[in-house]
Formats: sequence, structure tokens, C-alpha cells
Amino acid sequence: MSNNDVFCSAADSLPALSEAVAAASSAHPIRIEGGGTKSFYGRPVEGTPVSTREHRGITSYDPVELIVSVRAGTPIAELEDALADQGQMLPFEPPHFGSNATVGGTIATGLSGPRRPWAGSVRDFVLGLRVLDHQGREQRFGGEVMKNVAGYDLSRLMVGAQGTLGLITEVTLKVLPKATASASLRLEMSQQDALQRLAEWGRKPLPLSAAAWHAGALHVRLEGGESSVKATASMIGGDTLEPGFWSELKELSLPFFAASDAPLWRISLPTNSAMLKLDGVAPDTLLLDWGGNQRWLKGAVDAHELRAVVQRAGGHASCFTPGAAEPFTPLSPVVAKYHEQVKRQLDPDAIFNPRRLYPDW
Amino acid sequence: MNILYDERLDGALPRRDRQEVLAELSRVAPDLTLLHREEDLRPFECDGLSAYRVLPMLVALPERLDQVEALLKQCRALGVPVVTRGAGTGLSGGALPLEQGVLLVMSRFNRILDIDADARVARVQPGVRNLAISEAASPFGLYYAPDPSSQIACSIGGNVAENAGGVHCLKYGLTVHNVLKLEVMTIEGERMTIGSEALDSPGFDLLALMMGSEGMLGVVTEITVKLLPKPETAKVLMASFDDVEKAGAAVGDIIAAGIIPGGLEMMDNLAIRAAEDFIRAGYPVDAEAILLCELDGVEADVDDDIETVRGVLAKAGASDVQLARDETERAKFWAGRKNAFPAVGRMSPDYYCMDGTIPRRELPRVLMGISDLSQQYGLKVANVFHAGDGNMHPLILFDANREGELATAEALGGKILELCVEAGGSITGEHGVGREKINQMCAQFDSLEISTFHAVKAAFDPDGLLNPGKNIPTLARCAEFGAMHVHNNELPHPELPRF
Ligand SMILES: Cc1cc2nc3c(=O)[nH]c(=O)nc-3n(C[C@H](O)[C@H](O)[C@H](O)COP(=O)(O)OP(=O)(O)OC[C@H]3O[C@@H](n4cnc5c(N)ncnc54)[C@H](O)[C@@H]3O)c2cc1C
Ligand SMILES: Cc1cc2nc3c(=O)[nH]c(=O)nc-3n(C[C@H](O)[C@H](O)[C@H](O)COP(=O)(O)OP(=O)(O)OC[C@H]3O[C@@H](n4cnc5c(N)ncnc54)[C@H](O)[C@@H]3O)c2cc1C
Repeated sequence: MSNNDVFCSAADSLPALSEAVAAASSAHPIRIEGGGTKSFYGRPVEGTPVSTREHRGITSYDPVELIVSVRAGTPIAELEDALADQGQMLPFEPPHFGSNATVGGTIATGLSGPRRPWAGSVRDFVLGLRVLDHQGREQRFGGEVMKNVAGYDLSRLMVGAQGTLGLITEVTLKVLPKATASASLRLEMSQQDALQRLAEWGRKPLPLSAAAWHAGALHVRLEGGESSVKATASMIGGDTLEPGFWSELKELSLPFFAASDAPLWRISLPTNSAMLKLDGVAPDTLLLDWGGNQRWLKGAVDAHELRAVVQRAGGHASCFTPGAAEPFTPLSPVVAKYHEQVKRQLDPDAIFNPRRLYPDW
Repeated sequence: MNILYDERLDGALPRRDRQEVLAELSRVAPDLTLLHREEDLRPFECDGLSAYRVLPMLVALPERLDQVEALLKQCRALGVPVVTRGAGTGLSGGALPLEQGVLLVMSRFNRILDIDADARVARVQPGVRNLAISEAASPFGLYYAPDPSSQIACSIGGNVAENAGGVHCLKYGLTVHNVLKLEVMTIEGERMTIGSEALDSPGFDLLALMMGSEGMLGVVTEITVKLLPKPETAKVLMASFDDVEKAGAAVGDIIAAGIIPGGLEMMDNLAIRAAEDFIRAGYPVDAEAILLCELDGVEADVDDDIETVRGVLAKAGASDVQLARDETERAKFWAGRKNAFPAVGRMSPDYYCMDGTIPRRELPRVLMGISDLSQQYGLKVANVFHAGDGNMHPLILFDANREGELATAEALGGKILELCVEAGGSITGEHGVGREKINQMCAQFDSLEISTFHAVKAAFDPDGLLNPGKNIPTLARCAEFGAMHVHNNELPHPELPRF
């Protein structure tokens, strides 16, 4: 899709969005909807649905600046196509979970793909954004430049807040050129060996851009210049892997994710964490992404037991299957107190996605 | 324009008797080092923005967390403001003391607590110097990426509070991209862990919110940073130009070629001469501008990229392109750049460092605008900056002993920042707002946005006791500053002290 097409599909529904937000009240909160692809994520929200989908289009894109500004309702796929036309990409590789997924939903959920440990996460690439406040007024934070430390970093605060602090209308992102060369490899080895190998590689300047262990094999992606990718590939060895693996992993569409009806857990851990020892779960049944920083578990585990083990290892666990009583790890009392105070300050009438993240607010 | 705290515009401050506060703090923290004699307070009267000096009521030099906790709780009970200070290298007056406030100096928290080479993290206290982290990580082949030019002196706590950058941040990011976890103490004396060693945490991204918050939301007491493997090789190209605009345009051309250099810095003739005179870096003193372009990574890729960049620079009209022959020459090229501020400082009794950012495409136009303003105000301006990310550091040369020259320098600086905002940029890329740019905040944000910043502050520090008057202007201040603007588009009588 060319730039022009993107601009053609532009639509500005700011006045309608403002009105919808302004009309909300504590008795009649709103539920912000992007593509609705991730509405299963988090706690169910009761409120008047407000859709961002009619507020779409790239508002500015200058490849030389490595900066793009885009309205929240723009399909993420449309943005990625426009960048690809210029040989650029969103380095954090956001999952889409369907063709309707919007830029706003991506920012609000803050989910990143396999490249995350090496390239950075969604929030690392957010330079600025516009947001409708609790009275429906548009405010701008951050900027449309690479560096800006004026005022508090409210743009990054909105990332991952799942629409509980305001309705994002537009976002400015840093983009990067795609790597000139890429290679994907599959190496048979145990999880234990894979973790050890990853720790060794991690201390060397290798052009790694993804690493996942699954079903007895370590899957690796290299990205960089021709020379280094070639040299590293021959050093690492293994079999060639279809690059499609990475998008199936990112979209959670590998057979692993559909193998049973058991709940899906996302476990986030420090770098170089050991194999998780969970009662009744064979360690080999986990899928490790992000070089081991993100691990997927499919199984009917006890949430409290799982979280106790994961927290001892310095991480946290979220449930990706709808209906969980507590999809997200409960916050410590002090941290919870300041979350509530931030929420109350920015959304005093609790109109934005109430109780999306936690039962109290 | 005098930027010292002005109760009329910045809000009333409580008045407490020094002896009473001293007695109260000694009571709750008997072994806390507290300075109160004028000669002991004097070294703390300013940070790197040395044109402004204020003696604090007291200076506290804690060594343990329980002392910080006792101090914060007691100051809160007494309603006494607390200004936190790291190494005091800040250039925006963020650690400028208050006469009615306690200056909490974190420099004695200077231990590296742990380096975990396999997890590639270091856990450090806030007073640790930026460079000390990379030095300690070096035996493991690792380093801490953000490298402000002040890295031999500035503290990691101060880096967090300013979201400091450096010459390598286009590729490796700012402090916000390289910190995993913070221990923070709130004004109520609560200990709060923000972030984690995992790559994300449940809830809001309070970690990002703390970065660059200038000591307004809490006191940072421990930092866990990410370490990176040292690149296999780093090579630097120096390109000379006979025209500043051509150099500015070449910056965009390099990026357009799909290359993200490890560092991409630019210096104009005045800065080149100053640095050469001071460091003997081997710079071409006749060039109107030089670009330093560092490429780092795996040897083979770097060599490929060097060839590409050479081609781009030749096409962009560089009069000469030199590749640093070896590590010694590379270090020399960088030493010139990293010492550019003090080098310019040798040419002039005083200099004033600006920190505006702009979209890269505006570089040529803004450089011309700065040169026009420099003539208009009759003060020389040297330009040395992070060209790759559009972060300008115009250095205004002046002599504070000459009647009115500081005020002229500040007025010129203010104009330069407004030029940056007008070009679509920001008043600060890495040095922070502090006290220095408090008025220009009113140019970058409207009153609604300023009010939202105050709301965030209120979520953490409802009584406004942490670093009052910094970072976010009051609406009263913006009204006054805005009114002056509307009047004349130029500050009337820039030579007169304001307020
Ligand atoms: C099997 C599968 C599982 C997935 N699991 C998850 C998961 O657990 N968590 C997850 O985050 N993603 C998950 N995703 C991915 C998710 O669909 C993407 O994050 C997607 O980018 C969301 O975009 P959307 O437009 O569909 O968002 P929506 O689903 O419409 O919204 C997602 C969240 O963001 C908020 N939001 C949307 N737009 C805005 C806006 N403009 N301003 C403020 N808030 C806004 C919504 O209120 C909601 O809380 C999953 C995808 C698949 C296929
Ligand atoms: C020659 C020179 C070159 C410089 N080059 C660069 C550069 O390239 N890039 C760059 O980004 N900056 C640069 N700076 C600016 C400065 O070094 C940075 O802003 C640095 O991060 C300040 O650290 P500090 O320890 O000196 O902090 P201070 O000056 O002591 O304090 C700065 C701010 O941080 C707060 N603070 C300090 N410690 C804490 C803590 N523990 N908890 C909470 N708040 C705290 C203070 O209240 C204040 O608001 C330069 C300065 C000089 C003098």
C-alpha cells in the first residue's frame, strides 16, 4: 500500500470522540474500543463503547526523521505497510491478533513481539501522544522529536495503561530501517542447554533479534548486516527455519497456543532465569520467547501458586484467557496506593475503562 | 530574567527556623551528617547552572536509607521543602537549593551493589558516577550505554532524574531505555519498588514516569541498569564541510541511507577551534563544520557501513573525510567533542548552554536562525550537538561581570528555545527544565497540559514539598510570562532583572 492510500483512508472523528468522553460520568463510564481484538485481555469493562476506528490515518511520516505520527484508529497493519514501503518498521513487532487491531490498542495494551529484548518495547518507541482527558479535551504530551524531557513523561505512562487514564487519539513513534539481512535457524537442544547458550550469547555482541525455545528446539533469528548475519549463522549452526515461525509466535497462532482449552499464562521473568519449577507442570511444556524473558504456560494452574513461584524469581504472570478473576499480578500495597492516586488525579470521575486492570479502580 | 524562586509566582513557602529544623532532624536521625554553617553550605549553593546561587537552610548527607526515611518524614511533618542533589552537574538548576529548604545530597550512596554478568544488569546506589558503572562492568565485556559528556562526574541518580542522554543515544537510547528497576522513597518515607528485572511489570509504567521527573516525585535510592555487550568494534569518521548547512543536510542523508550510527555529532567552526585549542584533537580549524560519525557493531558490518557513509558524505559535499586510524585517534576525535563545553569555556569568561531539540530536517534553518539571533543580540554562539537526534547545544558566550550581559545571554537563549519549539521541537532534550527553562515550559505546553502535570505531581506529593518551583511552572507564572509575550513578542528591557 502506498503512502497515498494511507492518507486516503484517513478520517478525523475527534469531535465525536470528544463529545462521547465529555458525556461520560461516573454513573455512565466508557469502554474504549479499538479493533476489539484484545478485548479479552484484562478484566471485562462495563461502559458505553466508544470506538476509535473512525479516527484514522497517518498524519505525518518523514522516513528521514525516523518518525511517524498516526491516529489511534489506524489499523496497525496499515501503518506497518506504509513503513515497509520505505524500508522501515516498528522495531517492537506488535502482535495484531486479527486484521482490525488498531494503533491505539497496541499502545494501550503495550504488547511487543519477539524482537523486544533486543530492540525495545512499545513504550521505548513512543515519542509523544495526544490524549482526550476526562472532560474530552485533547492534550499533547511528549513531542514529535527524538528527544524531549520537558514535563513528566505522560506519553509513556499511557502505554500499557489499557485506556484507564485517557483516550489516546494520536501517537508519534520512532521507527527504524529494516535490517539488510536476516536468517532464522532451528537448533535441537534441551531447555536447560538453550538457557545456558542464551546466557553465553547474551554477553557477546551478536546480531540476535529473536530467540524462542519450544518443543525441544531453540529457534533463533539473526538480523543485521550481510556479513555479520552470515558469519554468526555459520558459527551457530542448526537447520534453516521458516521465518513465518516468528509471526505465528507473535500472533500466538502456533499449535502450542491452541493445543488445549487450558488457560494461557504469560510469565515475564528477569534475564537468565532458571527453568521454572511448578507443581504438576513439566518444564518442557512451556514455550520460551524473548530469550527466556517471556514464557508461555498452558495449563490449569493455581494462580496464587504460580504467582508465588514467579514472583520469587523476580517476575510476574498474567492470564491471557478471558474470565480470570485476577488477570494481572496484584500490586504491592505502596505501588497500588500510588496507582490509585494517579488514576484519581487523571480520571477523577472514573470514566475510562473502569476496573479494566484491577478490581478497585 | 531572574529565575530564582519567586513566592509571588511560584507559591508561598513555609518559613521555619533553621535551628529548630536542625534540632528536629538531629533528634530523628542522630547520626545524620547535617551542615548548617555558612562556609559548609557554600559548596552546595549551585549546580552546573552556576549563574544562580542560593544557600540552602541545611545540607543533609545521609549514608543509610533509614536516615533518608527519617529526614523525609520529619521534613513532611514540619512542612519543610526538600531538594535532592546528586553530583550537582545538572545544567538547568534542578538541584538549585531553596533558602527555606533542606538540600538532600545523595552522593554518599556511592556503592555498586551487584553486577550480574549473565543477567547483564548492575544494581547500584544513586550516588555512583555514570562512568564507574561501565568501568566496573568492563571486565565482563559489558558496559552501560548512556554516556553524558559529564559521565566522569554525574551520578546515576541524577541521570535518572534528568533522563540523561549522551552521544550514543540515537542507537542505544536514553536513560529511560536502559534502566530496569528503581527503589524510590516517597515524601511520606515509604519504600517503593518500581519496575523489575523482568522486561515489564504489572500496572502503569511508573518507571517511565520517574525518568526525568527531576526529583519532584520521590527520592531515587537504588537503580538497576541494563548492561550491553561491548561492540566488537567502533570506528569513527570525521567529515569536514565548508558550509554548515551542507553538514546539517548530510546528517539526514546518512539516516536516509538506512544507517543508524552509534554516534552522530556536529560542531561548528567556533566549537572546532575551541576544542582544537584545548585538546589538540586533530580537527580541521578552517572547516565551517565537522561531523563525527561513529559506526559500531560487528567488524564486517562496520566496514560495509563505513564505505556507505563515505559515499554519502562525499555526495553531500564534504571537503574531507578522515577515518580514525586506530583506537588512539578515535579516542582523540571523541575527546575533542566530549570536552567541547569546557573548551568553549576557556574562550569566554562565561557560557550558557542551551538544549533545544528539533526535527532533523530543520537543522539548516534553525542554525541560520541562531546565527541571526546571535548577531542581533551581539553575543557569539558556538554550536556543538547531537545532530543524529536533533538535539542542539548552542553555547552562548558572555561575560557575567559586564553589566546586563547575563540577562542578554538569557534573553537570547530564550529566543533560541522558542525557535526550537516553533520548528516543531522541544525546549529540552536531555538537560531538563529545572529552574532554568521554567518560563519556556509555558511556550511548549498550554495551561491544560500544565495542569495535568500538576495533577501527576499531586498524586505523589500533594503538599508540593519535593523540589518546589522546578520542572513545571505555576499557571500564575505562565500568565505573567505569556502576558509579556503578547505585549511585544520580545521581552521588554531584557537588561532588567525580572520579578
Ligand atoms: C490469541 C490472542 C491473544 C491475545 N492476548 C492479548 C492479551 O492478553 N493482551 C493484549 O493486550 N493483547 C492481546 N492480544 C493482542 C491484541 O489483540 C493486540 O494488543 C491489539 O493490538 C489490540 O488492538 P485493538 O485495536 O484490537 O485493541 P482493543 O482490543 O480494541 O483494545 C485493547 C485495549 O486497549 C484499549 N484501547 C484501545 N484503543 C485505545 C485508545 N485509542 N486509547 C486508549 N485505550 C485504548 C481498550 O480499551 C482495551 O483495553 C492477543 C491476540 C491474540 C490473537
Ligand atoms: C560539561 C557537562 C556536560 C554535560 N553533558 C551532558 C550530556 O551529554 N547529556 C546529558 O544528558 N546531560 C549532560 N550534562 C548535564 C548533567 O550532567 C546531567 O543532567 C546529569 O544527569 C546530572 O546528574 P547529577 O548527579 O549531577 O545531578 P544533579 O545536578 O545533582 O541533579 C539533577 C536533578 O536530579 C535530581 N536528583 C539528583 N539525584 C536524585 C535522586 N537520587 N533522586 C531523585 N532526584 C535526584 C535533582 O533534584 C535535580 O533535579 C552535562 C553537564 C555538564 C556540566
